[in-house]
Amino acid sequence: MIKVENLSKSFGSNRAVDEVSFEVQKGEVLGFIGPNGSGKSTTMRMITGFYPATAGKVSVCGFDVSENPIEAKEKIGYLPESAPSYQEMSVLSFLNFAAEMRGLRGEQKRSAIRRVVQTCHLDNVLGQTIDTLSKGFKHRTCLAQAIIHDPEVLVLDEPTDGLDPNQKHEVRSLIKTMGKTKAIIFSTHILEEVEAVCSRAIIIDRGRVVANGTPEELKARSERAGVVIVTLLGASEASVKDKLTGIASLHRCEVRESGGGRVSVEAFPTSSSGIEAQSLAGRIAEIAVRENWKIEQLKTEEGRLEEVFRSITMPDTQSGKGAA
Amino acid sequence: MRTWPVIVTIAKRELSAYFESPVAYVFLVVFLLLAGFFTFSLGGFFELGEASLNSFFTWMPWLFLFLVPAVGMRLWSEERRLGTIELLLTMPVSTWQAIVAKFLASWAFLAIALALTFPVVITVNWLGDPDNGIIVAGYVGSLLLAGTFLSIACLTSALTRNQVIAFILALVLCLLLILVGFAPVTTMLSRFADIWLVDIIASFSVLTHFEGFQKGVVDTRDLLFFLSVMGFSLFTTGVVLRNHRAG
Repeated sequence: MIKVENLSKSFGSNRAVDEVSFEVQKGEVLGFIGPNGSGKSTTMRMITGFYPATAGKVSVCGFDVSENPIEAKEKIGYLPESAPSYQEMSVLSFLNFAAEMRGLRGEQKRSAIRRVVQTCHLDNVLGQTIDTLSKGFKHRTCLAQAIIHDPEVLVLDEPTDGLDPNQKHEVRSLIKTMGKTKAIIFSTHILEEVEAVCSRAIIIDRGRVVANGTPEELKARSERAGVVIVTLLGASEASVKDKLTGIASLHRCEVRESGGGRVSVEAFPTSSSGIEAQSLAGRIAEIAVRENWKIEQLKTEEGRLEEVFRSITMPDTQSGKGAA
Repeated sequence: MRTWPVIVTIAKRELSAYFESPVAYVFLVVFLLLAGFFTFSLGGFFELGEASLNSFFTWMPWLFLFLVPAVGMRLWSEERRLGTIELLLTMPVSTWQAIVAKFLASWAFLAIALALTFPVVITVNWLGDPDNGIIVAGYVGSLLLAGTFLSIACLTSALTRNQVIAFILALVLCLLLILVGFAPVTTMLSRFADIWLVDIIASFSVLTHFEGFQKGVVDTRDLLFFLSVMGFSLFTTGVVLRNHRAG
């Protein structure tokens, strides 16, 4: 439903978005992640028709955004970054305005407003002017505006920014529910959000798409993905090392702790794909049983999105120590 | 087909925005007080001993010079400052629809302000027997003049997100449009330049074109002048807004 082809945007000599291509289908929730200033918002602004693209093409539900902007914009609901709204208006008159802009009139308009007021929990602030609202309410008011016409495509720029943990949770489950029937793109800094909500994620850095896949696929790119951590009782370091090296799918193993008949080992598989890692853990368990070692702990690391994110977007400091 | 409903929706929001803040009331009170002061004190309405609103309309360009930029300065700069421009222009509207809608709303607001000066019309009709045709022409001219200044304020407010800068720029441009036809300036100019050149320069002044309306003459050339300045300013507003986003 959203098709982005070789999309580029320059501001003067500064290339903000560089040859970005991707597609989002109905029923998909695409997470857009990347460091600040990586071109997430700029890309979204081009998809929604706010910025004209320097090069490339965006089509929404078959309508080219630059050739048929009105038709394309009718299909999109958009929550801009920092959720702007007309401060002096009341929530109700703001929603009325948004509904009328979307061509809703009469009973259609009233039922649309009822629906979004309910989904965004705005019932108690309908009469208040927006500038007197807390940040969370302002945000939800703008979100309500984005979904008022029940759009097929939703573009949400940092929809959970500035919300408290409960509100974050609510917005996430809202996105998840809506994602079943719509095509959704949303950007975020919070990587756990991507894992919780997205069916697919794109990592964008310095204007380029550097990774595109399901959260599981991306996590598998972590260098720790598939590492088996095992703690054995009643074993000696030498014998453990000796036995484990015999496993075909083992790349190398490192002893983390040893002493007093207790050995803790990290076993790295030859490849990080799920099956190899599974079989590695299984083989280790078999050996432990055979050698009469007691297994205190045996776990396969999934890989961390945060680590992948850092190693991709900070190539100089491979999985650096500081927070990204 | 969907053009007018969209324009009406935006214009309605814009107009109610004036009345939802104290701006509208402050403006209306100041405008009416100043209009009264200029007409009756500076204009010498009673001393003239004429049954006409000449003293009322003569001051209009000067009054509008300060007050119209104040009305127009927030049109786009506010949208840019708050980021609502992103919201507005990603709704199914084209840039020109948004520009026209916002302009019409502010113009309607100025029309309301002008309409509220009706007591002077009643006064002059009660005191004497004026030519009401001339008065109507004067009002039409004033409305066009207000629209012209407003379109300039609309343009300057698209240039910056700072309302004060928008106000001052609009004021300077409007002042220029007044001064090139202001008698003391044209006399001064005629000392250095040929009369035909002075005439050409003066023909760009709103004063020159407003004079006709004041005398009760609605000339197509004057109409055309005001409408083309408005058209030009609004078109340029569109170009400015597009350039911001084109990067």
